[in-house]
Amino acid sequence: MPAIPLAKAPQPSQTNPAQIRNFCIIAHIDHGKSTLADRMLGITEVVEQRNMRAQYLDRMDIERERGITIKSQAVRLPWRSGIDGQEYILNMIDTPGHVDFSYEVSRSLAACEGAVLLVDCAQGIEAQTLANLYLAMENNLTIIPVLNKIDLPAAQPEKFAQELAKLIGCEPEDCLRVSGKTGAGVEELLDQIVKQIPAPVGDPQAPARALIFDSVYDSYRGVVTYVRVVDGHLSTRDQIQMFSTGVRHEMLEVGVISPEPVPSKGLGVGEVGYLITGVKDVRQSRVGDTVTNYQRPTDKALAGYKDPRPMVFSGLFPLDGAEYPMLREALDKLQLNDAALVYEPENSAALGFGFRCGFLGLLHMEIVRERLEREAGLALISTAPNVVYRVTDDVGNEMVVTNPSEFPDGKIMKVEEPIVRATVLAPSEFIGAIMELCQQRRGTLLGMDYLSEDRVEIRYTLPLAEIVFDFFDQLKSRTRGYASLDYEPIGEAEGDLVKVDILLQSEKVDAFSAIVHRDKAYSYGVMMTTKLRELIPRQQFEIPIQAAIGSRIIARESIRAIRKDVLAKCYGGDISRKRKLLEKQKEGKKRMKMVGRVEVPQEAFIAALTTDDEKSKEAKK
Amino acid sequence: MATSVDSSALSFYIHIPYCIKRCGYCDFNTYTPAELKDEATLADVSQGYIDLLIEEISMARAASNATFVPTIFFGGGTPSLMEPEDLGRVIAAIEKNFGLADDVEITMEANPDSLTLERLAGYRAAGINRLSIGMQSAATHVLKVLDRTHNPENISKVVTWAHQVGFKEISLDLIYGTPGETLADWEQSLDAALALDITHISAYALIVENGTKLAAQVKRGDVVIPDDDETADKYLLADNKMRAAGFDWYEVSNWSKSDSPCRHNVAYWQGANWWGAGPGAHSHIAGRRWWNVKHPTAYRERIEKSESPMQEEEILSEAERSREEIMLLIRLATGLPRTGLDARQAGIVASYIESSDVDPAAWSQGALVLTQQGRLIADRIVRELVV
Repeated sequence: MPAIPLAKAPQPSQTNPAQIRNFCIIAHIDHGKSTLADRMLGITEVVEQRNMRAQYLDRMDIERERGITIKSQAVRLPWRSGIDGQEYILNMIDTPGHVDFSYEVSRSLAACEGAVLLVDCAQGIEAQTLANLYLAMENNLTIIPVLNKIDLPAAQPEKFAQELAKLIGCEPEDCLRVSGKTGAGVEELLDQIVKQIPAPVGDPQAPARALIFDSVYDSYRGVVTYVRVVDGHLSTRDQIQMFSTGVRHEMLEVGVISPEPVPSKGLGVGEVGYLITGVKDVRQSRVGDTVTNYQRPTDKALAGYKDPRPMVFSGLFPLDGAEYPMLREALDKLQLNDAALVYEPENSAALGFGFRCGFLGLLHMEIVRERLEREAGLALISTAPNVVYRVTDDVGNEMVVTNPSEFPDGKIMKVEEPIVRATVLAPSEFIGAIMELCQQRRGTLLGMDYLSEDRVEIRYTLPLAEIVFDFFDQLKSRTRGYASLDYEPIGEAEGDLVKVDILLQSEKVDAFSAIVHRDKAYSYGVMMTTKLRELIPRQQFEIPIQAAIGSRIIARESIRAIRKDVLAKCYGGDISRKRKLLEKQKEGKKRMKMVGRVEVPQEAFIAALTTDDEKSKEAKK
Repeated sequence: MATSVDSSALSFYIHIPYCIKRCGYCDFNTYTPAELKDEATLADVSQGYIDLLIEEISMARAASNATFVPTIFFGGGTPSLMEPEDLGRVIAAIEKNFGLADDVEITMEANPDSLTLERLAGYRAAGINRLSIGMQSAATHVLKVLDRTHNPENISKVVTWAHQVGFKEISLDLIYGTPGETLADWEQSLDAALALDITHISAYALIVENGTKLAAQVKRGDVVIPDDDETADKYLLADNKMRAAGFDWYEVSNWSKSDSPCRHNVAYWQGANWWGAGPGAHSHIAGRRWWNVKHPTAYRERIEKSESPMQEEEILSEAERSREEIMLLIRLATGLPRTGLDARQAGIVASYIESSDVDPAAWSQGALVLTQQGRLIADRIVRELVV
């Protein structure tokens, strides 16, 4: 029996590094990572059969519903190798699987010596998996290629074994074949993890150094920090210090996850576990930072620490202005658990008081908004997302613009925007469609490679702004959902960018201003003016709707003045009815926002700020 | 307004809740004999109804200190289905209890199908001195959509007969904006009406009321309601043609030759006191509004037990009365006195003068009077003033 009862397994803080294997699983959404992880928990018996539930390690509702992992997890699995009969401790570090969180992924990978590359053998590898694979290879991780879902009728293990072999330079026969669902091949996989992945190496006598690969806020316990010890030892008696900030913390608890937290005396070289220090805010315990001993600190931080940098900005406003304090409270609370979330108060003439928020990317933005709505019960309206621009005016002053309404009106020398290197994987029949889309979005082709006979990897540089604006939806629809996308920031480039303002009766509506490429200014202007003409009800005066670059009008529409709003009959019995109708309409009037003297229904703002794709998504729900 | 109302006057609205057939657009409180009782005739279901009305009139006497009645209005339903003698009994009861003004106006709504020279002579003899004839349209295909059964040519015959028997005040009801009605159809209807020897026209944009057959047809997409701009054009056409023919507007949907407005309806808009008798009829006395039980059978039961037929009442607060005043007086050519409006409201009026919806000359003389274009958005202006 390869499983070892926990009490008899090597204990934390006293485990010989030679018995430890630290690994992660790299996989795309839907490729069965959570099911495989569940299976491993079952086979190693750290979770009893009766306590098992699906996606055991995903803690947030959103994670379960969307089948994604936002936060990392680390589980200590005791395992007796079927090959040499020895006892081992396997630390499985679960990683987020989305491009927005690639920095978190890189830190999780840095905590491991090996990675299981898990690919659905009915679908093949996807772009984000490929990106994470490259990241793992750069970190010199041992890669174990695994084909999952071999029980599926549509499985093509031979084809995808070839693809994987080509990517990582192994033989197709080296690819393990498993089924997370039936459990087939999982024990062998555990044995291969022991056999192939090197044991961690560190200096037990050196000053303590541990890598933070995740930190999570828990309302009962404060921040729980996940670490991998590289050198030295961490124990409950220690005071610890964060290398980047130099701040000292008391160590209240040390332990391992198995898969519930189990306190221990400490953590030794190569071990993975958690720390609790009483800190209440994850920003004081940042992913990538080095934990060391306060009395005997290291002078050399672990490499690779970065401050999270928001890439995408959007305004978030409560639909009901009275909920502004609740929104602030909810953001404050969310930030305790999300070091990448930044926000500052914003006052929009059109939407009232809200916050300008910065996110790692679109998914991060969606998740934050969803959590605000779900966990705090807020109804929100968000402005179209934009990237960060560096604007230099004609006298050489440089400013960073995260909000289109801050874009300077005067003469501008240059505007720089973030550029990404994007990788698209898709069946080769879609090459034309993908290239056409990337060309339209100001892309530059970097190269193209065939992964197998009919699957290709296409690389482009693209302005991030183009990706932020419905690129992924377009890509999916043009490739019937087969293409996958990954991108990473590679710097900034000058762009011929302008700010397009939307004016209602000559009043700028700040919520609708956008920074776009000059070639697309006209179509943006036409789209918005047309949309607004349909959305805003006719009023007392004719309302001109204009799109303008500076003072130059590039598109115009108008809403004609209303001509009829009267009920023809008003006799004896109609009077009470009509007066009551008036009282009701009074309520409706409260939901109007005034832009100058134009009444704009709240629904019009929401609809105008929603892309058509989002609308059709809503409809499908 | 409340101060200018003559509290010694009480107008009467008499509801006749019967029709031979229900028109597709109508949501009034009216019933066909078959709806009330299987295979019944009109005579069966209306038998004794006049006595109930007379009973309610004596209840009114006990409840009011009015000393005379300036106007009576028989509405429905189809009052012209009632025998002239029966309506005469109602008038006599009102006269006996309250006394009629010397210049009393007694109007009867009439369906052209139900009128003959003889019957008209009877109504005139019973004391009715004003006729309001449901013409609706001169276009057969429009009448068909409205479910009206009369032959448009009958209208001129009825008007001629009415003159023969001595009616001087004759009004025609018109409806515009019916599905399928063109601007030319509407012009034809207006021409046909204006060619007749009449003193008054009411022209209503069709309202699709919930629960009607027409509403169901619209919902199913069987018929399409013309858009508001087209209906607005029809209003302008009507107002221009009527003015050219010597009819002046005195309320949003009403035009008359000099000195021939419907004084009964003006009483509604000016907040005068009136008593509505019959099932579902509304009444108003000095800021108190109430209405009777709706169904003729329920009404009969109440009256037979000598109980008030009132179903519900509301006592208006000062604020509600003031909102009503704005809502009603703004519809009249005499307008809304400027004195009742505060600075905020005056600011709104100024913006509507700017958009040519309010007459600047009348405003400077102390009244908010809507222009032709402004009348078409009266409800919008009211909302801004009172909200």
